[in-house]
Formats: sequence, structure tokens, C-alpha cells
Amino acid sequence: MSPRSKMILGRVAQAIPVVMGVVVISFLLTRALPGDPAAYFAGPAADEASIAEIREALGLDKSLFQQFFFYVGDLVRGDLGTSLTTGQTVTSDLAARLPASLELTLVALLLSCAIAIPLGVLAATRPGTWVDHLCRVLVTAGVSMPTFFTGIALIYVFYYIAGLAPSPLGRLDFIYLSPQHVTGFYLIDAALAGDLETWIAALKQLILPATTLALFTLAPIARMTRAAMLSALSADFIRTARAAGLGSRKILYGYAFRNALLPVVTTLGMVFSFTLGANVLVEKVFAWPGIGSYAVEALVVSDYAAVQGFVLAMALLFVVLNLIIDIAYALIDPRIGLK
Amino acid sequence: MMAGMTAPHPSRTAGQKNDTTLGHIVYVLKDNPVTMLAFAMLAFFMGCALFGPLLVPYDPLATNAARALEAPSWDHWFGTDNLGRDVFSRVVIATRLDLTISVAAVALSFVIGSILGSITGYWGGWLDAVLNRLLDTIMAFPLFVLAMGVVAALGNTIENIIYATAIINIPFYARLVRAEVNIRRNAGFAQAAKLAGNSDLRVLAVHIFPNALPPMMVQVSLNLGWAILNAAGLSFIGLGVRPPTPEWGIMVAEGANFIVSGEWWMAVFPGLWLMLAVFTFNLLGDGLRDIVDPRKRT
Repeated sequence: MSPRSKMILGRVAQAIPVVMGVVVISFLLTRALPGDPAAYFAGPAADEASIAEIREALGLDKSLFQQFFFYVGDLVRGDLGTSLTTGQTVTSDLAARLPASLELTLVALLLSCAIAIPLGVLAATRPGTWVDHLCRVLVTAGVSMPTFFTGIALIYVFYYIAGLAPSPLGRLDFIYLSPQHVTGFYLIDAALAGDLETWIAALKQLILPATTLALFTLAPIARMTRAAMLSALSADFIRTARAAGLGSRKILYGYAFRNALLPVVTTLGMVFSFTLGANVLVEKVFAWPGIGSYAVEALVVSDYAAVQGFVLAMALLFVVLNLIIDIAYALIDPRIGLK
Repeated sequence: MMAGMTAPHPSRTAGQKNDTTLGHIVYVLKDNPVTMLAFAMLAFFMGCALFGPLLVPYDPLATNAARALEAPSWDHWFGTDNLGRDVFSRVVIATRLDLTISVAAVALSFVIGSILGSITGYWGGWLDAVLNRLLDTIMAFPLFVLAMGVVAALGNTIENIIYATAIINIPFYARLVRAEVNIRRNAGFAQAAKLAGNSDLRVLAVHIFPNALPPMMVQVSLNLGWAILNAAGLSFIGLGVRPPTPEWGIMVAEGANFIVSGEWWMAVFPGLWLMLAVFTFNLLGDGLRDIVDPRKRT
């Protein structure tokens, strides 16, 4: 077996205890429900007998250890329980709403990278100039901004004052029909259907929430790019390349930037975690029908199965994403497996 | 703390006389007006938290239907909300609650993280392995989402917001202390202290742990900012603090309903105030990093 595939297998093996830990914590969160879960699931009109019946049906009369195995069994079958508000299973609710959240998150991350990486590179190549200072101010201001507040400020400026943005209510203005469901990503679905008008309408709805999230994630990406570029530029191989008379463009992009990209990609994993958290707030501000606003609605009415399912889904999503990043890293970086 | 600081850093600036910690701080601050500004802003927020209730012009809970939704004026600097309450008074009063939540949460995670980190860093072994897996697991959750889950499970109260915020911050402290303790557990000064007849616990607590304090101070300052954002975010989505209690997150949430009809002051002022508080702690963290570790100065 090649050292590279061994490394990838090792990385997958490392993720297993984390996934198990996530399941245990989410089980504990489920069991820590305030009050008696059986009485809660039975509803306010239930009497003693029906509560006891439900307790038995839910397996709550068994020991905690046995309950854990039932819980894991349910998870394996993809059963996260039933939401009290929608009446659907939590799994189908989450699956229906996940594309909206992912579309928002991915567009925001793309936007953020498109601004932060050039900014970081510029700051690193011109340390001490106004670009560098601008980068530092943006970085500190960016991490200080509460996303929910940025979102509201953007709505006020671009919707109320300038009138440029559509009303901040969901993924598509009500005069448009949502495009035929293929991927669940409106931008992709509308493009596939060849419906330019809907595509533009969906993009217009997306710009403000995506900008809000992007502003929040700008800081860590720009900071990391700057630091990684600075350390790459001071490396010996850059000195050698300069001495060999290579052009500055070739040195900057061909040598330094490619090496600096690796820590930046790792940071993206962490930034994705922030974004998933911030998503909840941004979705609430823009009435975005994703899993974040689903969780908030569930929290308000104490629909615990939905909240726990959401927390577990987010954690698993994040673990899988980090795994993918690490494996991509192993495939891209030719040095891995050679040491 | 000072004795601890001098032990492991074989005096970098040995040539200079009068090289006390205080002298160093004054020297760095003179060089760095931004950090001075951060300290001044911190003093301002502390003043608001301590004396806010004595200073504000209106009762933060007193409604006045006749003067609802008024734009900022001399009477009401930040305007009035939909119930005619003075936004300025509410914003200032909320300082105490928001700072209390974040300070309590950070203090909790500081103490728990220090204990966990010290034990695992000093003794290592299976305890270390178990704790590392546990911390990995906590970090595997998007932290704000985990905080939501914890509050949902424990119940919707202010104390539980504090616990949730503390839990998501513990890994940062435990990791930091573990690393600092681990590299020093066999250092010369630690062995000397042990040979002099000190118990393991005493060597750990009195000789090794204080070395972790300077980097932890930086972490504390940055964390206070995150903790405020976290608590305000949770109350923004309706967890923890309940209306009519003045709190920045709730006030922004209430103001959000009026922003689309142009009453901007209800959301903007508490939001800006919150941002300024977080900004202060972030600046302070960067400044403290300069004082603690001159090599990381950017």
C-alpha cells in the first residue's frame, strides 16, 4: 500500500472516535431534556397510563446504556425522531432545507475567498503600507461584528434607503415560482432550466445574506493568507528562485502562493464551522428557509427532537467536511507520504 | 505571576536596567496608542457596568406610549422604542448583564480549562488521551450550534447561557495550558523545586502553572469578545435573556422588526454598542499579546 493511501486511511480512522463522541454527546443532550420526555412526547392532554405507554414505546424504562443502543440503532436507520411543529420526520425536514443553507454558505465562502485571499497576498507583499493597515483594520473590525447586526444594517442601507435589494424574505420573491427541483440549489436549478429571470431573482435574494456571512469570514481568511504568504516569501526556496533570476510574478504566484495555499485551505475548514454557526443568525435575519432557521423555529416552540437532529447533523457535516479537506490536502500536496 | 515569568524567560533584555514588568508595559503602551485606547474603552465599559443604573436619564423598563418610536433627539439620545422606552438607558443598563454573562462564562472555562490542562499536561498517560478525544469531540461541533443544543437541553435560562458559553470555550484553555505545562514538566526549575521537597501538586500549581498565565491573559481577552457575541447571538434567537430585560442581542432582535419600515435607531444603537464592546476586547487581546510576547507583534 502506498504511503499516501495509508495516510488517508489513517485520517479516516481518526475521524471514527470523533464521530462516536459526537453521537454520545448528542445522546446526552437528548436525555438531558428538561422534564420527563415521555410526558413531553405524550402531549399536555395525556393521562398517567398513556405516559407510561409512551415511556415503554420510547424505551425510557430501560437503563441508560440500553437506551444508548436504541438511539444508535435509530441513527443508523436515519431516524432522528418526528418534529412536533411540521409533523414530518426530522430527517426529511433537514434534507429538504439543507440545500438552502449550503447554497448560502458556499456562495458566502466563495465571495469571502475572492476578497480575502487577494487582500492577504497584497498585505503580505507590501508590509507596512496602507494595504497592510487596511487589511489589519478590516480583520479586527470583521471579527468584532455580530453577524445578525451586519445583516440588519445591510437591509436598512440596501433595501430601505437605496431600494436596490429585494425584500429580505426568503430565497425567492413570491412572484417567481421556484425552479424545478434537481439539486435544491436555486442558482444551479434555474441555470439548468435555462430560466435567466429566476436565476437573477434568486441571485438578488442571495447577495445580502451571502455578503453578511462573507464579511464575518473575511477576517480569518485574510489574516491566515497574510501570515502564510509572509512565511512562504521568507523561505529559502524563494531566495533561491530569486537568485536564479525568475520573474517576480512567477515567484509570487508559482512558488510562494501555491505553498501558502495549504494553511489557508486548512483554515477554511475552521471558517466553515464558524459559518455554520453564524448561518443560524443570518438565516433568522433574512427569513432564509434553511436548517438554521428551522432550528430556531424549533427552539422557540421547544421542539427538541428537531433541535437535537439539527445539532447532530451540523456536527456530522463538519466532521465529514474536515475529513474531505484533509484528504484533498493529501492528494494535492506532493510532499505528504514522502517524509 | 512575576516570579513565574522571570524563571523560564532567560531575560531577553538582560542589558537594560530597571527592567520590571511594569516598566515593560509602560514602554509597550507608549509605543502603541491603540492599546491605550483599548484600555480607555475598557474603563468606559466597566464604568457603564458599575455605575450605569445611577447615570441613565430614564428607567429602562418605563414605557411611554405617547412617545413611542421617536427618532434620536436631545431628550432621547438614541431615540425611543415601540413601547416608548428610552433606547440609550436600555443600552447602557444592558452593559452590566452582557459583561456579567461573558466574564462569568470565561472565568468558568478559565478555571476548568486550567485544571484539566494542568493535570493532563503534567501526568499525561491515558487521562491525557481521553481528554484530548473529548476536546476533539467538542471542537467537532460548530460551536454556536453546540451552545444552542446545550441551552435547549438544559433549559432556557441565563445561567445555562453561561454554562453553554463556558463549555464551548473550555477546549481553548485546556489545550493552551496543557501545552505550556507539558513543555515545562521536566524543566530544570521544576526538577529543582521537586528536589527541594515540594510535592507534585505544589510544583505544578506554584512553579509550572503560572508560566501559562501570560498567554492565557491574551486568550481571556479575545474570548471575552467571543463570549459577548455568543451570548448576544443566543438571546437574538430567543434563548436565555427574556424581554423586557434590556440586553443588546434582544434589543437588536426587537429593532429588526422595525428596520424595514425605517426606524433604524432601535437596532443600530444596541448593535453598535455591542460591536464596540467586542472590538475593545479584541484590540485589548492584540495589545496584551504585544506585552506578553514581543515576537508575535505584527
